[in-house]
Amino acid sequence: MGGRDTDMVLLDENGIRCDGRKVDEPRRITIKAGVLKNANGSAYIEFGDNKILAGVYGPRDVHPKHMSNADTGILRCRYHMVPFSVSERKNPAPSRREIEISKVIREALEPAVMLERFPRTAVDVYMEILQADGGTRCAALDAAAVALADAGIPMRDMVSACAAGKVADTVILDVNNEEDQAGQADMPIAYMPNLNQITLLQLDGIMSLEEYNKCIEIGIKGCKIVYELQKKALAEKYFPEEQS
Amino acid sequence: MSEKRKHVIPGDVVTTGPYRADQNTVLDGRLIISTTVGVSEIADGAVRVIPLTGMYMPRIDDMVVGKVTTHTSLAWELDINSCYVGFLPATDVFGRDFSARSDELNTRLKRGDLVAARIANSDRSRDPLLTIVDRDLGKIDSGELIEISSSKIPRLIGKRGTMIQMIESQTDSMITVGQNGWVVASSEDSNGLIKAKKAIRMVERMAHMHNLTDKVRKMLEAEK
Repeated sequence: MGGRDTDMVLLDENGIRCDGRKVDEPRRITIKAGVLKNANGSAYIEFGDNKILAGVYGPRDVHPKHMSNADTGILRCRYHMVPFSVSERKNPAPSRREIEISKVIREALEPAVMLERFPRTAVDVYMEILQADGGTRCAALDAAAVALADAGIPMRDMVSACAAGKVADTVILDVNNEEDQAGQADMPIAYMPNLNQITLLQLDGIMSLEEYNKCIEIGIKGCKIVYELQKKALAEKYFPEEQS
Repeated sequence: MSEKRKHVIPGDVVTTGPYRADQNTVLDGRLIISTTVGVSEIADGAVRVIPLTGMYMPRIDDMVVGKVTTHTSLAWELDINSCYVGFLPATDVFGRDFSARSDELNTRLKRGDLVAARIANSDRSRDPLLTIVDRDLGKIDSGELIEISSSKIPRLIGKRGTMIQMIESQTDSMITVGQNGWVVASSEDSNGLIKAKKAIRMVERMAHMHNLTDKVRKMLEAEK
């Protein structure tokens, strides 16, 4: 929803999108768990052209000490885009946008992570966007959830995220960069598949009630596709004999 | 894989039966849900998940190996490979007539010393309290510290200690196993120490396999 005019045909008469996908088709997704040695848990995701690395530390001592909570652990998230993640060099200092995305990702993970088991500690989640192509917050969240599970942090459920949106008055699944810039709406959704609960819902754009309901419906469908891949990534690391 | 034992990840429903939700599971209505990556087990009316990853969480009566990091005038602080530090009160080492004025804690345990201790008390509000007043506990004078994942300690010990006893007898070494994933091995014979280390690393690497004790024994016998 960049509001930018473009000559690009976002959706042709056959219902094929600018990158050749159907309206309800996500991009190609691959997830790998446990890619870093020094972090307690880690994951790498390729979500179309998005490439994201997530690392988890913890539970560990809280520094500065005044941030700690005697009743529960705390979750700290950092979403960060590396300077070469976009076509024009991005200043590596945390921008307003990154700070906000860090916050929404934290709030999307908090319902799943059982922090009350570790009073006075912190769980730190670091997400590095190595290459961005629209929908990075959802992809980062997917990688973060796998990294948390890899670190052995107790969770009520996994968190899977996928965006839905609207281009050319049609509801679509998994909005890419072009569709985000020139489309009509973008709606990231994070979802706990077993508990059937939504933990993140943002909407940038204008939709009718029917379109909104449709968006939620296909967004959740996308989350379920992601969930299967998250499961597979963890199984590949922990139960390799089951995979072969 | 049998009906009873399943590979699970967080959020997976382990079972719906009338069971008690034990270690690493939560009850949600009638569903028993796993909270970690591991292998589920149903025994004695309780469901538990044996974790394959994760940090050590102190539990009362666990035997741990700690490393002295610092001390106050009344207690030592020990790194126990967890998110909490262990406290070892000076009265435990000096006895009841300990006096903060005359006794110097440095004389008994220094920074970097390894200690085999038991967790005497641990709750949500305080850091875990350690004790060394028991058989086989106290300062570890010699040996090499080996760090493995705390989730693999049960495999290293084996059923009624079979695995660890076998490694000790095959390699002529003394092995102190802490539930926190820290293991200290010592031996008169340097070759034995190398073999013991190799066996411990093998258990860590192949913790999910069946018949591991036999595999480790074969490896050690082949080394001879």
